[in-house]
Amino acid sequence: MILDSKIPAGPLAEKWTKHKFNSKLVNPANKRKYDVIVVGTGLAGASAAASLAELGYNVKAFCFQDSPRRAHSIAAQGGINAAKNYQNDGDSIFRLFYDTVKGGDYRAREANVYRLAEVSVNIIDQCVAQGVPFAREYGGLLANRSFGGAQVSRTFYARGQTGQQLLLGAYSALSRQVANGKVKLYPRTEMMDVVLIDGHARGIVTRNLITGAVETHAAHAVLLCTGGYGNVFFLSTNAMGSNVTAAWRAHKRGAYFANPCYTQIHPTCIPVSGDHQSKLTLMSESLRNDGRVWVPATVEMAEKLRKGQIKANDIPENERDYYLERKYPSFGNLVPRDVASRNAKYVCDEGRGVNETGEAVYLDFRDAIKRDGEDVIRAKYGNLFDMYQQITGENPYQVPMMIYPAVHYTMGGLWVDYNLMTTVPGLYALGEANFSDHGANRLGASALMQGLADGYFVIPYTLGDYLAQTPPKKVDESHPEFEKVKTEVKERIQKLLNIKGSKSVDYFHKKLGKIMWNECGMARTAEGLTKAKAEIKSLRAEFWKDVKVLGENEELNQSLEKAHRVADFLELGELMIDDALNRNESCGGHFREEYQTPEGEALRDDENFAYVAAWKYMGEGQEEELNKEPLVFENVKLTQRSYK
Amino acid sequence: MKLTLKIWRQKNSAEKGGFVSYPIDGISKDMSFLEMMDVLNEELTEKGEDPVHFDHDCREGICGMCSLYINGKPHGPQQTTTCQLHMRSFSDGDTITIEPWRAKSFPVLKDLVVDRSAFDRIIQAGGYVSVNTGGVPDANEIPIPKKIADEAFDAATCIGCGACVAACKNASAMLFTSAKISQLAMLPQGQVERKERAEKMIAQMDAEGFGACTNTGACAAECPKGISLTNIARMNREFFSAVVSSDNL
Repeated sequence: MILDSKIPAGPLAEKWTKHKFNSKLVNPANKRKYDVIVVGTGLAGASAAASLAELGYNVKAFCFQDSPRRAHSIAAQGGINAAKNYQNDGDSIFRLFYDTVKGGDYRAREANVYRLAEVSVNIIDQCVAQGVPFAREYGGLLANRSFGGAQVSRTFYARGQTGQQLLLGAYSALSRQVANGKVKLYPRTEMMDVVLIDGHARGIVTRNLITGAVETHAAHAVLLCTGGYGNVFFLSTNAMGSNVTAAWRAHKRGAYFANPCYTQIHPTCIPVSGDHQSKLTLMSESLRNDGRVWVPATVEMAEKLRKGQIKANDIPENERDYYLERKYPSFGNLVPRDVASRNAKYVCDEGRGVNETGEAVYLDFRDAIKRDGEDVIRAKYGNLFDMYQQITGENPYQVPMMIYPAVHYTMGGLWVDYNLMTTVPGLYALGEANFSDHGANRLGASALMQGLADGYFVIPYTLGDYLAQTPPKKVDESHPEFEKVKTEVKERIQKLLNIKGSKSVDYFHKKLGKIMWNECGMARTAEGLTKAKAEIKSLRAEFWKDVKVLGENEELNQSLEKAHRVADFLELGELMIDDALNRNESCGGHFREEYQTPEGEALRDDENFAYVAAWKYMGEGQEEELNKEPLVFENVKLTQRSYK
Repeated sequence: MKLTLKIWRQKNSAEKGGFVSYPIDGISKDMSFLEMMDVLNEELTEKGEDPVHFDHDCREGICGMCSLYINGKPHGPQQTTTCQLHMRSFSDGDTITIEPWRAKSFPVLKDLVVDRSAFDRIIQAGGYVSVNTGGVPDANEIPIPKKIADEAFDAATCIGCGACVAACKNASAMLFTSAKISQLAMLPQGQVERKERAEKMIAQMDAEGFGACTNTGACAAECPKGISLTNIARMNREFFSAVVSSDNL
């Protein structure tokens, strides 16, 4: 299949405007004849569901949580980018576009990223109109801060809870449409599969998590807004329930999966404390605005620290290595995430890590507190400092924070064209669930921007174009395909329950996570990946022979929920390995040790790898087929990314 | 640490529940409370017993999904969410009693899992500004004094966990409802629907069967996000001002 990205012709800055004009429209009176399914109620899902309902479509919105307000977008801390240039510091749509393409190490689509930068300004207006309480200056206007990978202040924020405030804004818009009767909510409901009729997505099969009832839902289009797959690593900053199931089932029905190996390892997370650990907690990247990252200059000093013979504050200035400031003088502590993470790994690999495990570096606020006072720092980061203290029992106003990289975001996802449609007609992917805007590395404060851009300002236009070409006749839920998929879902549930093996679901999940973290994490090698592929295959075989899922389907059964998700992670993990093995270059978050510059930076191979790797599912146990979408750069020059 | 857990077990909303005691060993002080529950559930699974069901998701104190009434307090002994409570708050040999939220409007679904959809319906009654996507003014067109924006933010940090209801002897949802009403009443964007919003949200709160407020302040004392009782005072003012002057209802 030739991948048609449907990028409109013409100059970059005019593409979206022209595309909107060329998109077909659904007559206002006809909109009520169309049904749309939205799976997931995070920023992308809630904003899409609300906006489509406002237009007049009938929306069904699904989430596995008990309320749409709990989607994991809620946990985003730092902020949201927008090219408002309110600070008069040289920002523009083109600069945001440029920074994002460069930050993504030239592995994103120019046209998509430009559109993202273009609508970013509308997002802020929309959120303010909804009553989102962004941070403000004393004059009453909106405040901004800077974020990694940018030299302008374009990030809007609401203390360290920006994701929460934006999501509650989208949730309020969604709630309004529920009250209007245009959205029907299905909380505690998990999508189990997608139903295709004549090649078009026409509905889904779900499981009611309280009663276990397996149900079918028909619609003219299905939107997957189901987030990322970071939990394939078991330990990540994702919520416990975050999963790949909806996207993966869609993949197995024909939607290509793009760039699965592009994962973001976030540099500032609270380090692992023991084997019991169930998740990792992020400390917002915004902390790097004021915190200075360092480790002891020598291994001897680090050893003393680890043994508890000295404390961080005892180490004199000349014995500290502020390695980011030293290596990258122009960006300093604000280098992009992939660069910051990799350097933390390097200094810890050298033996200069600072906590008991040797896998931590300092993020120190001593100088910022001296400069601005504790009150100023508290006003900016109070909730983050409290959270840190709650988890570690240490007071970051007095001793430096300890941080270490952790899996945070997945740039890969379902392949979509410019309209956000997957390779299955009528099936769309929005937000983190798609692959399109962040290339090989996402810049801070860009995830919230993308989720809301897709939901508020892209899909209302592009979905209309598809629906206008679809007859408004109700999709017939009695079509045999619905019953067929429903039966398959029930059989799979029964299969899991019937194994009655000896090991818990978590046992397999943890094992998978370890393989992925060791071999497909911050640094990858062909050798390690090859080994990991074999390990995953045998782990998956063991899972289907020996997993123990207690209870039955017809009840609230959290082990069964997990089992479904982990079964899919066990398949996805292998595809991530394939993708990482195929990409014989380093770019952004994908770092193959064989391909690096003499200074240890990622070394791209633009001649051979400037493409999107889109994988096609070929059936149980088969190797997936690689399809390539070439990336064409007409507006930026591909250079070695430099933050020095 | 060695502990005894006294946990409420209930098969579903139709059946009666009761306490079951579980001894547990090898708990480290660095574990979060929910990680301790994970350990218990792995042990139960090992033995072939149904694991204890409880709600949880983000495990970083912001999604509001975790609940648990621990030793007579919502979210346990500290003013935080259960997922942020760590075992260093307990001592070796302790008996810990774990119950679901106790409120008529939050029926138990299984074990420690309750149905909090009443909160969603209160928001659906009016917890929003009625603006459609697009066509809104520039974000900087209406300056908002920093003090007002900050106070609106403080009210807006409510995570909808329901600890306020669980803490209240009347199972009142006033703190939750008032947080949204005051956030929007303070901001210029919320002015147009201010009166109608207060009336409708309060009517829905009553319809859901939540109790009345007797100003004991237990809700604010237990709120993991420190939502202030001032919001309830603001809500009452909004409500009285609405009923004497509006023609909405």
